[in-house]
Amino acid sequence: MQALRWIVLLPLIGAAINLTLGSRIQRSVGRAGVAVLGSGMALASFAIAVTGFLKLRALEPESRLLLDNVLPWLHVGSLNVSLAFQLDPLSAVMVLVVTGIGSLIHIYSFGYMDEDPALWRFFGLLNLFLFAMLTLVLGDNILVMFVGWEGVGLCSWALIGFWYKDHANTAAANKAFLFNRIGDFAFLCGTMLLFWSLAGLGHATLVFRELDTVVGLLEGQALWGVPVATLATLLLFIGATGKSAQIPLYVWLPDAMAGPTPVSALIHAATMVTAGVYMVSRLHCLFSLAPFTLNVIAVVGTTTAIFAATIAVTQHDIKKVLAYSTVSQLGYMFVALGCGAYAAGVFHLVTHAFFKACLFLGAGSVIHASHHEQDMRRMGGLRTKMPLTFWTFLVSTMAIAGLPPLAGFFSKDEILLKAYQHDPLLWGVGLVTAGLTAFYMFRQVFLVFFGESRAGASLDPHASAHAADHHGHHVHEVHESSAAMTLPLVLLACGALTAGWLGIPSALGGNNLFTEWLSPVFASGGEHHGVEHEGLELEYALMVVSVLVALAGITLAYLVYLRKSLNADTFSRIARGVPYRLSFNKYYVDEFYYGTVLAGTLALSRALGWFDKVIIDGVVNGAAASVRAVSILGGGIDKVVVDGLVNFTARAFNGVGGALRLAQTGNINAYVYVLLIGVTAVLLAGAW
Amino acid sequence: MLGMSMTTVGLAHYLFVSLVLLCLGLFCVLTRRNAIGVLMGIELILNSAGINFVAASRFGSSGFDGQVFAVFIIMLAAAESAIGLAVVLGIYRRMRAIDTSRLTTLQG
Amino acid sequence: MTAADVMFFVLAALAIVGAAGVAFSRHILYSALSLMVALFGVAGLFITLSADFVAGVQVLIYVGGVLVITLFAVMLTQGIQNVAVSNRAVGSTAAGLLTTGLFVLLLRAMAKAQWVRPSGEVSAQTSTAGIGNALLGQYVLPFEVASLVLLAVLVGAVVLTRKETAE
Repeated sequence: MQALRWIVLLPLIGAAINLTLGSRIQRSVGRAGVAVLGSGMALASFAIAVTGFLKLRALEPESRLLLDNVLPWLHVGSLNVSLAFQLDPLSAVMVLVVTGIGSLIHIYSFGYMDEDPALWRFFGLLNLFLFAMLTLVLGDNILVMFVGWEGVGLCSWALIGFWYKDHANTAAANKAFLFNRIGDFAFLCGTMLLFWSLAGLGHATLVFRELDTVVGLLEGQALWGVPVATLATLLLFIGATGKSAQIPLYVWLPDAMAGPTPVSALIHAATMVTAGVYMVSRLHCLFSLAPFTLNVIAVVGTTTAIFAATIAVTQHDIKKVLAYSTVSQLGYMFVALGCGAYAAGVFHLVTHAFFKACLFLGAGSVIHASHHEQDMRRMGGLRTKMPLTFWTFLVSTMAIAGLPPLAGFFSKDEILLKAYQHDPLLWGVGLVTAGLTAFYMFRQVFLVFFGESRAGASLDPHASAHAADHHGHHVHEVHESSAAMTLPLVLLACGALTAGWLGIPSALGGNNLFTEWLSPVFASGGEHHGVEHEGLELEYALMVVSVLVALAGITLAYLVYLRKSLNADTFSRIARGVPYRLSFNKYYVDEFYYGTVLAGTLALSRALGWFDKVIIDGVVNGAAASVRAVSILGGGIDKVVVDGLVNFTARAFNGVGGALRLAQTGNINAYVYVLLIGVTAVLLAGAW
Repeated sequence: MLGMSMTTVGLAHYLFVSLVLLCLGLFCVLTRRNAIGVLMGIELILNSAGINFVAASRFGSSGFDGQVFAVFIIMLAAAESAIGLAVVLGIYRRMRAIDTSRLTTLQG
Repeated sequence: MTAADVMFFVLAALAIVGAAGVAFSRHILYSALSLMVALFGVAGLFITLSADFVAGVQVLIYVGGVLVITLFAVMLTQGIQNVAVSNRAVGSTAAGLLTTGLFVLLLRAMAKAQWVRPSGEVSAQTSTAGIGNALLGQYVLPFEVASLVLLAVLVGAVVLTRKETAE
């Protein structure tokens, strides 16, 4: 299908135009011109993606694959890599999410960035990001995917640091880029290892379709005693932890909130951070060969999920809460992947994209309305002032909390079910995370939208009287955002409401369209279908428990933050406030990294410096000292015997040199004479 | 002598011409005191070598090898004269002379 | 005596007379012009050897390039009118003896050598295509090295002749 390339190329064209001529368009045509160009490209790309999806659906389930071979790229030996795009059920899902939500966020950006002079740059970079992300998703081999993989990292860097005049933003951008690079390096190593070991078996290929059939050969292969499949998948997974913000490389994502909010919604919630999930699903055949890696993924996923959720509970910044929530939800997806339930992971990816994008855009709407105030302690009471934002935010919050019949309920429950079948411990941790999620999300809703307005309130309790004087300045202007911002909010909220219905499990009378749609892709990966019908009772019980836990979390949030019948401070003082301080300070992980990696590097360099100074210099100085001692001894002999010899030699050379220096006339002709005489002599000797 | 007859021109004829050119070139190099003149002599020597190569190629059975070498010689001669004349100009600028009998700063 | 033979003798005479002019001329400018005659003669000899490509290269590079820069160098350096200064020849006797000796020796060597003659008549063929194939086939490495040499010459000539700014 030729049109596939246009899904990718249209955003690139938009980016090229906006980044080169954008400032001129913005001046001559107006800000709308830039926005229409950017959004139009995204929408057109979405439209093509939809037609591709429809075409795909018309095919037989087993043969659902559309290919667009743009041009041959590398042809070395038996390796054939093309710049080719493929649309199969999995990439179709991703493309629809990326272009669909991407388009909405483009439209939203026009409203959100209404004061920014460099709108053209923003839209150009957003389009460029779409291009990279679509390359990542549509690429039919690892190399094309890697191009996209690096491209999204670059765009993420450029967009986090979009307001580059503030040093904190550029620092956050650099941090994100560096942490991504660590992951990318591992990803590259994994790819090379995979390619190398496959080439050793006579199947040099990087194309996903062919990989699915040949990775089975890796079974039993080992490198340094470790199975190759395990080693390669571990490396690839480290790449995924970088991109998808999992432990230990997650620390960049909260800082990435320095970027404009639409960027956070698009890149750091809905699309880019799910690249790791997509990559693991794409290579599920390989990962299924490595049960150890799958266990690692599951453990890392659960740990990240609960770890980030406990941090989110205490944050004050409206976007930071959402950022840690994203990290936590990504953890969920990895739990699903680790359990071999790839379809469930991708399903949560889709529903999460809807409600988390909606949440971020809602937060952006609030931030925009309250003049870039991000601290939730200075918000409150916005329910009546921003009704649309409130309702969409509430719907998405309920969705992420897992209340039926919203999107999050179905996807989260599917993951929890798979986790329970895999290991009840995973399920337990996941359940606690679900409760925490419900709690901190509703805490956010109550703090932002309910109660009295605390705009302009001082954060220091001792200075509250002083702050009251300035109260009047800030309250009056908060109002609902423009249509360009609320329309995407409403559409995304609809998605958050309904996206889950694609995957209603059979236990609830649905037929899980989503899993069925993806089944041709994951059929070969050995997904555990066997335990599906272990018992409907179990499934019902798990659902009821998770809903109850979510409700408990909501009730707690209600009691603490709305009714105020429980004081938040009593919680923060539990165990002398140690847990609170740990959570509030994000478990000091950043400090830990500074303390270990950074300080470790410095300490290493100091140690090396000491080694250099004491040991090496010592050796050198010792050698010098001993040489001096020997030379003093030798001096005596030297003067008498050696000097005599040396002087004799020198005098001899002086005499010979004096004789020979006559030949050095410095005259070229003389040299040629000598040369010719020599040649003649040789000829005479030889030829006569 | 040398199988050289006035009727059929053969390899020996060309070798003879080449030899004359070589000797004239050598003479030029030996006697000229002008650096440019020396370079001209070198050109003559290189040309005589070229004639040898091409003639050997024509009367031998080695295909085009000799001609290829002649082409390389011409190319190297061009390079040599470009650099040589550049050096001469440089020397002239510094010493106001290109008389080789005065350019003896390398004298031991 | 065929027309080709006549051509050879004429061209050989041209080359030798030109070379003699280079060697014996008093005036450096005459030397340069004689060099041109000699080079043309050699180019003609190449044609009689059915090496038309080499002949073309000879004319283009030598006469068109080398000779022109030689003339430039002559005019840039010294007053060309001053014969004694511009083209002093020294030690003609010794040089003549030496070169004559060498000439005799090499002539003897030539006469004594056993020249291997290829069986059958070697057909004259147009050489451009053959040289092209040889240059890009068997001799591709020397060919590339030669291009590097020319590049180095290009840079070197510029560096050597440019005005020294600070000394």
